[in-house]
Amino acid sequence: MTKVRTRLSLPPMVQKDEVFEVKTLVTHPMDNGFMFSRDGQRIPRQIIHRFEASFNGALVFRADWHEAVSPNPFMSFHASVQESGIFDFRWYDDDGTVHTASAEIEVV
Amino acid sequence: MRSAPPIVLAFGFLVAVSSPIAEEPDLYGGEFPLSGYHYMGEQVRILQDDEFQNPGMFAVEYGEELWSTPTGGKGISCQSCHEDASESMRGVAARYPQFDEELGSLVNLEARINEMLTAYMDAPAFPQESDELLSLTAFVTYQSRGIPVGVDISGEAEQYWREGHEFYTQRRGQLNLACNQCHDDLAGSNLRGDRISQGHVNGFPVYRLMWNSMGSRHRMFRWCNWAVRAEPYELGSREYLSLELYLAWRSSGLPIEASPVRP
Repeated sequence: MTKVRTRLSLPPMVQKDEVFEVKTLVTHPMDNGFMFSRDGQRIPRQIIHRFEASFNGALVFRADWHEAVSPNPFMSFHASVQESGIFDFRWYDDDGTVHTASAEIEVV
Repeated sequence: MRSAPPIVLAFGFLVAVSSPIAEEPDLYGGEFPLSGYHYMGEQVRILQDDEFQNPGMFAVEYGEELWSTPTGGKGISCQSCHEDASESMRGVAARYPQFDEELGSLVNLEARINEMLTAYMDAPAFPQESDELLSLTAFVTYQSRGIPVGVDISGEAEQYWREGHEFYTQRRGQLNLACNQCHDDLAGSNLRGDRISQGHVNGFPVYRLMWNSMGSRHRMFRWCNWAVRAEPYELGSREYLSLELYLAWRSSGLPIEASPVRP
């Protein structure tokens, strides 16, 4: 798939201080720069090198990714929140683009 | 080895089903047909079962977009005529490939989609193995998940079935192997790091971890031929269509898996 797609999974409603799992997935070839195409040309490195998650603007989770990360990287972490808000996810691509996705979560 | 030859009927229809190692030690519980799903490692099965992680589901999502996006000279989409895919396309994938009277040949799902595009929607056909064609096929197949494979091999299709059977049992390539030598006789045993499956086609298009992408049945056939160091045939060739029909018949009764992941 040439177009980058993202997928998120987190509960829409949680209780205060409840620990829940946030799951994220992004489609990306994660070309590590060591592979060759059929005609012998080196495929240049293009990976997502950083993943960030923020809640209401504050960074809550960050990961640096390297060449060994598989295509279509899956990342999950656990979180708990005190108030309703919006989770923002950002994937930093080597070509400079930033893929984004966000999800709203409500404290009941 | 087998003690008695299988009963050969007039058409040889039952040869493939009755022969698999009735007398052999228990390689796969004597069960036939058994989906390739059962021969995979646990982690790959988890990946397939979890629609969140399943990489094939991205193709299904993209296919859904294509399904509902108007295209071509008439400005219509698949949805314009077929409406709700979950009803109109339910069970369709299980019946392909099938013989088309008007075209006078066997068509598989990919070829049918392309025929629809060119004949009814005035749109260019998708190239073989393109993301678009695979995704649309995956989306249509997804509507049939759980439905047993059941193709029609009567009438004109029978000739293709015969050719497919011949292909399946024909030794080929530098390794001089026929499909049935592994997929019938040795299913369940190890080929280095791989477990040999029965070679069923109930889960296609497949997301193959080895390829990091989706592939059609014909791409898999090409890969198989290459793996025994034989010259692969063209995608969509008569040889592969016949083989596809034969294998679909051989998979009769297996539920369609969508979207499948294979190592």
